[in-house]
Amino acid sequence: MNGVIQAPTIEYGTLAPMLLVFGAAVIGVLVEAFAPRYLRRAIHVPLTLLSLLGAFALVLIQVVKGDVPTTASAMGAVAVDGPALFIWGVILVLSFVCVLMINDEGHFVASAAAVPGSAEEEEAESAGSEHTEVYPLVLFAVGGMLLFPASHDLLTMFVALEVMSLPLYLLCGLARRRRLLSQEASMKYFLLGAFSSAFFLYGTAMIYGFAGTVSLPGINRALGTGALLDPLLLIGFAMLGVGLLFKIGAAPFQAWKPDVYQGAPTPITALMASGTLVAAVGALLRVFWVGLGNLDWNWRPIMWAVAALTMIVGAILAITQTDIKRMLAYSSIAHAGFLLIGVMATFDVSEQNSGSLSAILFYLLVYSLTTVGAFAVVTMVRDPGGEAGHLSRWAGLGKRSPLLAGIFAFFLLAFAGIPLTSGFFGKYAVFAAALASGSEAGDSLGGWMTGLVVVGVIASAIAAFFYVRVIVLMFFSEPAADGPTIAVPSTGTVAVIAVSLLITVGVGLFPQPMLDLANQAASGLFIR
Amino acid sequence: MESPVEIAQYTAGGVIGVSWLMIALPLLGAAVLLVLGRITDRWGHLLGVAMSLASFVVAVLAFLELVGLPEAQRRQAVFLYEFIPGMADMGLLIDPLSISFALLITGVGSLIHIYSVGYMSHDSDRRRFFAYLNLFVAAMLLLVLADNYVGLFIGWEGVGLASYLLIGFWQFKPSAAVAAKKAFIVNRVGDFGLLVGMFVIWSSFGTFAFADLGAKVGTASQGTITAIGLLLLLGACGKSAQLPLQSWLLDAMEGPTPVSALIHAATMVTAGVYLVVRSGAFFFEPGSPQALAVAIVGAATLLAGAIIGCAKDDIKKGLAGSTMSQIGYMMLGAGLGPAGYAFAIGHLFTHGFFKADLFLGAGSVMHGMNDEVDMRKYGGLRKYMPLTFATFMVGYLAIIGFPLLSGYFTKDGIIETAVHLQPVLGWLAVLGAGITGFYMSRMVFMTFFGEKRWADDAHPHESPSVMTIPLIVLSIGSVFLGGYLILSNRLLLFLSPAVGRPEELPEFHFASVPGLATLGLVAVGAGFAWMRYGRAEVPVLAPRGSFVTAFARRDLYGDALNESLFMRPGQWLTRIAVFLDNRGIDGVVNGLAAGIGGTSGRLRRVQTGFARTYALSILIGAALLTGALLLVGNI
Repeated sequence: MNGVIQAPTIEYGTLAPMLLVFGAAVIGVLVEAFAPRYLRRAIHVPLTLLSLLGAFALVLIQVVKGDVPTTASAMGAVAVDGPALFIWGVILVLSFVCVLMINDEGHFVASAAAVPGSAEEEEAESAGSEHTEVYPLVLFAVGGMLLFPASHDLLTMFVALEVMSLPLYLLCGLARRRRLLSQEASMKYFLLGAFSSAFFLYGTAMIYGFAGTVSLPGINRALGTGALLDPLLLIGFAMLGVGLLFKIGAAPFQAWKPDVYQGAPTPITALMASGTLVAAVGALLRVFWVGLGNLDWNWRPIMWAVAALTMIVGAILAITQTDIKRMLAYSSIAHAGFLLIGVMATFDVSEQNSGSLSAILFYLLVYSLTTVGAFAVVTMVRDPGGEAGHLSRWAGLGKRSPLLAGIFAFFLLAFAGIPLTSGFFGKYAVFAAALASGSEAGDSLGGWMTGLVVVGVIASAIAAFFYVRVIVLMFFSEPAADGPTIAVPSTGTVAVIAVSLLITVGVGLFPQPMLDLANQAASGLFIR
Repeated sequence: MESPVEIAQYTAGGVIGVSWLMIALPLLGAAVLLVLGRITDRWGHLLGVAMSLASFVVAVLAFLELVGLPEAQRRQAVFLYEFIPGMADMGLLIDPLSISFALLITGVGSLIHIYSVGYMSHDSDRRRFFAYLNLFVAAMLLLVLADNYVGLFIGWEGVGLASYLLIGFWQFKPSAAVAAKKAFIVNRVGDFGLLVGMFVIWSSFGTFAFADLGAKVGTASQGTITAIGLLLLLGACGKSAQLPLQSWLLDAMEGPTPVSALIHAATMVTAGVYLVVRSGAFFFEPGSPQALAVAIVGAATLLAGAIIGCAKDDIKKGLAGSTMSQIGYMMLGAGLGPAGYAFAIGHLFTHGFFKADLFLGAGSVMHGMNDEVDMRKYGGLRKYMPLTFATFMVGYLAIIGFPLLSGYFTKDGIIETAVHLQPVLGWLAVLGAGITGFYMSRMVFMTFFGEKRWADDAHPHESPSVMTIPLIVLSIGSVFLGGYLILSNRLLLFLSPAVGRPEELPEFHFASVPGLATLGLVAVGAGFAWMRYGRAEVPVLAPRGSFVTAFARRDLYGDALNESLFMRPGQWLTRIAVFLDNRGIDGVVNGLAAGIGGTSGRLRRVQTGFARTYALSILIGAALLTGALLLVGNI
């Protein structure tokens, strides 16, 4: 063995969905390099959509065949287990519909390098050039999203984090309208993202110092034997938490979200608000569950505070927002808080709890799909200068375009968690799981969980206010004289809204099949 | 006293097994007429009549089958379906009591349906009227046929709804709308009593079924039984317009005349009597305080109704007061236990006939007098509408208890039983009979005798035969039904399997002291009426009258009492509640909302837009997280 380098064993079959997406991304780069400009788009669109579709099919095949691996793949670097497959499926559906939105004209800048308002920009615009690099960038980001929640060691997870984030930083700066805002968003996202990545990496280093390994099960084993009070471990753990909480936008690491969501092109915002969130929650669950399962009594009070703060900050700040995308960003922060309740509920007395896990998976599915639908509606309401972001422009939309306003109102009700929408069952599942885990844990812990659910319910009530305010604005206000126009939607956007509405309504009326699916995915638990 | 016979589960395949059709058919009719709406305008009334008649046929067939059974099997329970698992099943009880009521309801109900075809022919909403009539019949049948209190209560509420809809049928008339609302609200008070009574029944016995209650009723304390009895009595007072819940009945005459008025006179108001008699075996043991309360309420109401009847110039309202009074007699009888049940139910039937006769007669008079209802503008009509006059006279003689007519037997039975068991109440009933003689004679003299006091455009004429034939049928019943039911105790023996019978069968005395006293007082009353309204001139405008007259005219200040005791304090309560809601609760809520909004506005400023600030917040957050974790870890 000495000096001999062994080729790593890689389970290509198991990893196929991810590899397909990455492969397509690489091909996309080659297309950019070698295909003539006029052909690029024609190649990219089917390549991207088919690869996402193919990856989804591969996930389905794995699920249907039932050969979900019970050990980590790729030399212990990647764990493809039930929850990971479920999250993969969700992310692939989300990215597919987001790509449909991206296909629409007019979201992306003609020439990103041109100074906003310069002659160069005008020239590029009149020449009709476009950045087809968007497609491979999205594929790379999606690849990163797939790898992130499936990483089985911290280094792989860090790589996945970067692969996911770097393309998103770029994509955020590519909005066609209000370019300065977009570039500012991109810059901020990059700076803060890099900052938080540094925390993540630093935390990894500290934990390696404690455990002597970066593998998640290895860390857990070290926890079982070593001194739990080692400052190396605690600091490392806190740093790691900062990196992950930043990605899901939990308070006090939420500041980037409104600015970035507002500035980024709306299809990219949709991708971030759904795909990134799902991936990050998946990764958070895996780290806490697989890597730090033996440490839960330590992080529980802190996580409690973060969850409560996140819900309250998100709900309260959303009230005074005047921009629809910013409002949705704060709503996303509040929902991150609800998700954190679910994350906490998955641990009771250091036992893995598949019921709570399935609740959180279900929540991820329904929330992310409703989010994509809501942003798709946002893309359709336009002013001469682009999307009509300011809420006052939405006044009386229900009178001009009752169907669109009705659909949007329905999405908002789903966010608020009104019965007969999917959001109701999502919230119900998470809250019920939290209460159940609390009562199982008994005594003081049960009281804490109940308290958190109470905070969650209060935050939901506050949140209902700003959702309903938009509905009131749309249906009970006089339309502005020069109100926004409703863009004639492309087939892609129609498909996005239709899929999203179908899931929101369908799961709202018949939640059981989806719940069963989530239960099945969660029953295998994470590979340890 | 002999107890009622046991209730058996019906197993034979006869008509009784499908007696649910009685309820289902009119209910279907109502549903079709209401759901299909205007499509059914042209034939809707015919469907309504057909459904009511079909229900009557089923009732007759079930009655015949029941009579064919030996006496010990004349209580048959028909299971329909599980209604509230573990609490109540939906089932019907076919026994002599319920089938008697079913015959009355479907029989009189069908007559009303037929009469309405003509009476409502010019109303553009005739179809809706028939839908409500069908609904009423279905609900009333459910009330009397259900084999448990839950089913009874559903029918009870359904009847209340139908009555509300019928009184307010001409809701464009403010008076009708108000009357409907009043009837509904006053009935709510009674319903509340019934409902709470049912709660107590459930918590004490754990069952609502009549079949099970008999065996369990002995397990409860006397106080509980009294409480249940008084609560049920409150319910009965609401539906049967007994004191103190009588005020709605007079106003209910705002409904289409005299059709819905008849419902409120002959059919619906008997529900309270039914409730007391049906519950009699469980909760109204003769001589118990609650049974005495029933008798007292009955006696008080029969006097109150009679006094009100003396002062009314509106012919319908006069009859409504008389209805109150007659139902008071029935309640008095029902409060006397098995000895009085047969007379109470018998009076209920004969009253159904002669009151229907009188109401339809009044309708016939109004028909001929351009819908004039003020008796002071009638007079001398006997020559112009002889048939109406003759049938009205029969009804009149029956109600005042003229010997050998229907009312004589049933009312006299109640009075004699009462004098025997509760002498004070009995003699009050005798007094009431005298007043009845006065106010009914007054009505007859003002309407048919004396000078013409008509409006200038009145051209009185006899009504068409579609209206007079029912009058003739009804007057025949008014003459003979009482004697048939009471002599040789026919009704008592028929009902005894359902309600029990007294140990000694009563014998009818033609020359008892109370009977003779009653006749004497009636004669005095009628003679007094002759002096005031027959011989003397009747002024067209009502004179101011003494304070007694004013007292009676204003329904014994019942409305004034309700207004000052309940309505005004209620309105004040509402105002206070609104004030508290606006200033107190809304204030807190709005303050909270403003607080959250203000917090939001202030917190917003933290979002400066500078990446350095955000980075700083991340750094502080990380420091806090690390510090907290180290702190927690070291505890």
